[in-house]
Amino acid sequence: MGIFNKTKKTEKRDYLSGKEIRAIAKENAKVMKRLEAYKYRKADESEYLTKMKNDDNILEIDNLHTYFFTEQGVVKSVNGVSFDVPKNATVGIVGESGCGKSVTSMSVMRLIQGPTGQIYSGEIRFKEKDDKVYDIAKMPIRDIYKIRGNEIAMIFQEPMTSLNPVFTIGQQLDEVTFIHKEGVTKDSAKAKSIEMLNLVGIAMPERVYNSFPHELSGGMRQRVMIAMALASDPRLIIADEPTTALDVTIQAQILDLLRDLKSKIDGSIMLITHDLGVIAEMADYVVVMYAGRVIEKGTVSEIFHNPLHPYTIGLQKSKPTLDSKDEELFNIPGNVPNPVNMPNYCYFKERCSKCVKKCNGDYPEMVQVSPTHFVACHLYEEDKNNG
Amino acid sequence: MADNNIIYDDAAEAAKFQEKRKEIIEQDSKKPFDPEAILEVRHLRKCFPLKKTITGKVTQELIAVDDVSFKLKPGETLGIVGESGCGKTTMGRAVLKLHQPTSGQIIFEGNDITNYNSAKMRDIRKKMQIIFQDPYSSLPPRSTVGGILSEPVLVHNIVPKAEVKDYVLDLMEKCGLRDYYYERYPHEFSGGQRQRICIARALSVNPSLVVCDEPVSALDVSIQAQIINLLKKLQQDLNLTYVFISHDLSVVKFISDKIGVMYLGSMMEFGTKKDIFENPLHPYTKALFSAIPYPDPDVKMNRIVLNGDIPSPANPPKGCRFHTRCPYAKEICKHITPEYKEYGEGHFAACHLLDE
Repeated sequence: MGIFNKTKKTEKRDYLSGKEIRAIAKENAKVMKRLEAYKYRKADESEYLTKMKNDDNILEIDNLHTYFFTEQGVVKSVNGVSFDVPKNATVGIVGESGCGKSVTSMSVMRLIQGPTGQIYSGEIRFKEKDDKVYDIAKMPIRDIYKIRGNEIAMIFQEPMTSLNPVFTIGQQLDEVTFIHKEGVTKDSAKAKSIEMLNLVGIAMPERVYNSFPHELSGGMRQRVMIAMALASDPRLIIADEPTTALDVTIQAQILDLLRDLKSKIDGSIMLITHDLGVIAEMADYVVVMYAGRVIEKGTVSEIFHNPLHPYTIGLQKSKPTLDSKDEELFNIPGNVPNPVNMPNYCYFKERCSKCVKKCNGDYPEMVQVSPTHFVACHLYEEDKNNG
Repeated sequence: MADNNIIYDDAAEAAKFQEKRKEIIEQDSKKPFDPEAILEVRHLRKCFPLKKTITGKVTQELIAVDDVSFKLKPGETLGIVGESGCGKTTMGRAVLKLHQPTSGQIIFEGNDITNYNSAKMRDIRKKMQIIFQDPYSSLPPRSTVGGILSEPVLVHNIVPKAEVKDYVLDLMEKCGLRDYYYERYPHEFSGGQRQRICIARALSVNPSLVVCDEPVSALDVSIQAQIINLLKKLQQDLNLTYVFISHDLSVVKFISDKIGVMYLGSMMEFGTKKDIFENPLHPYTKALFSAIPYPDPDVKMNRIVLNGDIPSPANPPKGCRFHTRCPYAKEICKHITPEYKEYGEGHFAACHLLDE
């Protein structure tokens, strides 16, 4: 048998001693205290005003690092993410669970749960209505209401749990208008809410206005969530897996609705999902994330017709489609690496089938292969050097 | 537009339909069991009581599964698709008798097991197993992987006690689990590995029928492909029969030989994979297929978007259950329940439009 001997020999200690945990906690406490103080400081507007790199963008995320300081060590959920959201475009973010796509969107909304979770460094530049550019990452939390829920709205993943069960839909919708608009009366708020419910295609807005969340079905609740996001006339909507909890037929309805609304409100959408089909249908630009990093980004046709990173290729091949043959499905072996103590080399190396010698070196830089197409892989660096 | 002028008497039509169904059920129950089929389900019905009077009489009930019939040969895979709340899970559990069916027959390997008591079922349970949806909540957190996998082997006396450990290690290898996982606990594993443990547990008693209740819907795409490939490989090696329940049509298409489409408790369409995908008959099947987003930005789908939501199963619509959302619904659909009939060899559907 020899199974016990084997385990003893190969076993590495996969836990931390009390002493180590205390040392980590002490170190974390220092950093967290500094970052918390920075978050709650009073600051003048001039301190967080910046300039956009490209004037056509509405949002620019530049080298964003969002860390979680846990007892096991620092989890680098978002580790140097950069991408842009152009005006009137839909940007899709794809990746598996735990790759940091939700944390990126939460960072933009400044909804990261402190003191454990903190934006460590990086810039999130957002262009406001009157062309002021704010750096959201540097904004003190007391000023964030200027943007959160007002200029940037979010549609959350689970419509079942995102609505407050003890208030009617009407009360929750009116609240948005009361907070973000000036000189609002009860009647005008109600009129606005009903208008929004109409906009998202709810048949009897008056009845829904007076009902409680539990009286509505999943699709209806998601529509209400969308109405709520629209109530403050946002210029950027972040949709965090808006259709994951819904059935396919309802998903089709919601996707149609989102596409309609984008043209109506004249804004941009940041769509987060793990479903490549949804991305192909909705997005103009695609960002592929893996283990807290952007590994490939480009326009939708570049990503789907000419995927370069082995992970993107694998992801597309491993999804059975309606016209795929009965052969064995392509699968990417192994799992996503442990988020604590990430290696120095490419995070995808252990699962990659196209490894070269260079992959043992440092984490690959972003390589530009066309004006809009970027990929972080050593395979394409060489091409560039040779050519 | 002739049928618009007919005034339907709903109560009488319903009574007529019930009588006709009773007749069919009685006729079918006398038919001999199909010797080739490993599993035969006849007119399965499962109701849950919603309201009871003080004396215990049920006044309102939820019909979760209504008149479902199918046959399955050894080594085949039956895929069941449908939206949430359509009764696919209840059907899967009723087939294993984890829910006692209200009426209907379940014939497994030539025996009618519908009315077996729990002692008699214990022997049959060896032959039929289930893989649950959520690998995070379906493994006991306090026992090791070895413990989880050897318990069913010991209970059912599959191998002598001394050989249990070797047997389990062999099984783990088959399911792609390393041997040193034997001493580990479920919380140490990721979702994909846990689902492998669940599969190994189901296979530990050498079953011939496995009900897979959404085994991949809680997993990521890249892990999904690993699990589907494993299930397919095990099926070929061990000649297993699967009932594969899923809401993901592309996964069902990949793994199934026969497909059943369910809506609000009834089977809407049933046929071989070829029938269902190349020649879908029921409007619901067509709408379901067109609703799937296709991962190619250049393909523009001719999408049939269904309006509204699924009606509550506690209060299903009269007539055809799908008429409230059907784009082709006619007057007759609102009043008369369509018959579940054969429209090609082994291709069943229930729709009035097909009779014209």
